[in-house]
Amino acid sequence: MSDTAGRTVLAVEGLDVGAGHTPLLHDVSFSIARGERVGLIGESGSGKSLTALAVMGLLGEGLHARGDVRLSGRTPATRNLLEVGEAEMARLRGDAVSMVFQEPMTALNPTMRVGAQVAEVMRIHGTRDRAGARARAVELLDQVGLPDVAHLARSYPHELSGGQRQRVVLAIALANDPALLICDEPTTALDVTVQATVLDLVVRGVQERDAAMLFITHDLAVVATVCERVLVMYGGRVVEAGPVEQVFADPRHRYTQGLIGASDLTGEQGRRQRAALPTIPGTVPAAGRFPSGCVFRSRCAHETAECATQPGWTPRGAGRVEGPGRAPGGDTQDEGAAGYACFHPAGDAA
Amino acid sequence: MVLRLLHRAMVFVLSVLAASVLVFAFMRVLPGDPARVALGINASDESVAALREQFGLDRPVVVQYLDWMRGMLTLDPGIEFISKAAIGPQIADRLQVTLILVAASMLLAVVVAVPVGIWMAVRHRHVDGVLMSAASQVGVAIPAFLAGIVLISVFAVRLGWVPSGGWVVPAQDPVGFLQRIVLPSIALAGVQAAVLARYVRSAVLDVLREDYLRTARAKGLRPVQALWRHGLRNAAVPVVTVLGLQLATLLVGAVVIERVFVIPGLGSLLLDSVAQREILTVQTVVMVLVVATLLITFLVDALYLVIDPRLRTGSR
Repeated sequence: MSDTAGRTVLAVEGLDVGAGHTPLLHDVSFSIARGERVGLIGESGSGKSLTALAVMGLLGEGLHARGDVRLSGRTPATRNLLEVGEAEMARLRGDAVSMVFQEPMTALNPTMRVGAQVAEVMRIHGTRDRAGARARAVELLDQVGLPDVAHLARSYPHELSGGQRQRVVLAIALANDPALLICDEPTTALDVTVQATVLDLVVRGVQERDAAMLFITHDLAVVATVCERVLVMYGGRVVEAGPVEQVFADPRHRYTQGLIGASDLTGEQGRRQRAALPTIPGTVPAAGRFPSGCVFRSRCAHETAECATQPGWTPRGAGRVEGPGRAPGGDTQDEGAAGYACFHPAGDAA
Repeated sequence: MVLRLLHRAMVFVLSVLAASVLVFAFMRVLPGDPARVALGINASDESVAALREQFGLDRPVVVQYLDWMRGMLTLDPGIEFISKAAIGPQIADRLQVTLILVAASMLLAVVVAVPVGIWMAVRHRHVDGVLMSAASQVGVAIPAFLAGIVLISVFAVRLGWVPSGGWVVPAQDPVGFLQRIVLPSIALAGVQAAVLARYVRSAVLDVLREDYLRTARAKGLRPVQALWRHGLRNAAVPVVTVLGLQLATLLVGAVVIERVFVIPGLGSLLLDSVAQREILTVQTVVMVLVVATLLITFLVDALYLVIDPRLRTGSR
């Protein structure tokens, strides 16, 4: 590990997830430093949520993960989280790493007052005593911009709106000042008018704590406003990664190119030029039905015979890496997060 | 919440009134007049007339109904047509016995079914969970009276561990009481436990799929803790519904089981009164059973409000 290791909060290396003999995630690798906000984008079924759940150790029954996941929160990352037991994982969850889920309407216990639900996460990890947790819960609810918190803390979830409930979920996630916050489409289910406010709260909460964030979304505009770096997933693989401006302005992987073309990032001018937004042809195959080699080739206009083998990882700015395997050179790996896995990248003289 | 409770209480009172009219009407539309029915075909006209006059059966039906209702409300429904014994104390004695039997059976059913149901849900992908589920499916199909007869023939007749029936007052002979209540309770509780366990299983399975249980895990609770702290209360709502229905079923089931085990409960009183044509007694016992059932329904409704805050406010 290089000297940046001290700042690395989450390091995922060669993560594979499968259900029985069906592979769902393949060789997913990335790392997030303290204070860094990383977006994870891709269509539904590309493996974004699965990646998050694997990191949290919350994969459903029947799913198994292999690889190396390390988290340095209060304690340095000495152990692979995929190998520690449920007891130790439970100690980390809600404390060193916490998560905000997509659907705020069902994420809270309907029979428990929201203040108590926030206080509980502090009681579980013993970070506060009973009275302290209760007082802190009210403070946290106030920090996520909820009104009349003393009264609101005694409400039940069904008395709050979706946006308010998502704020409560965020308050729970931030209560123990996690080193890593994972957000899985936290604003997708919310009204457009509320989205911006909640996003702002998420970013502010993370910044105040100098926490790392993994932000899952399929909304590229959200990634552009919230994140500094982005990972593009398709077919259970990370196909491209890099700083947000670079990837969005100059996508290399053909899938990224399609994804950006299909979204509305180009603004007013782009909109006037064409009647309808282009789409990526075809649909995401079912799990386990992705083609061998480049997972995107079944939908790619640039497919050649070469694509039947797994494309290697090409760091941005470097020449093409031949054959399967990862980019050579350990140290470039840090920046190296910036790169792509494509034989016929866009932008280059391809 | 208070309004809702008041509303439910109103429904309860109105239901009781409606039921009382029905029960009274059924007894009066039986062919022949009650005095004739009570005294039998061979009774002389004079004795029939005397009975009619003594019990006010010659008065208008509405007056008789109101009289009966007043008797019920003052807990003094009068005396029997033929034996002239007071009905109130008899019912009080018998009700006590039946309630003890029903309570013991319900307790037994809950104590067995809740943990078993939770276990079946948590282990539903494993062999033991599936086996228990299959066993409960079989248990659902065994009627209480059959279970009672089998239990008697095995534990009372063949093994001789406990008496085959009868009743002693618990305060007088606690050991004898326990010996006599264990078989009828098991017979009554058996089916109920099997049914209840299946409902608990499906309620817990539903809750296990809920997002808030995943949130609980994400907070750092282990699976069992998450289910215990966040799951069970939510799973309780559908289970309480079934519990209420089962209590009512147990009251009725007790009528049969009391017969099998020779227990002097309300069921025995009802059947004896029918046999002896004590119409007023039958009428009153039926009414007591109806009120008990409606009361259970009311209490279940009230319990919902305690368990699920979403039901307390007007909208869901």
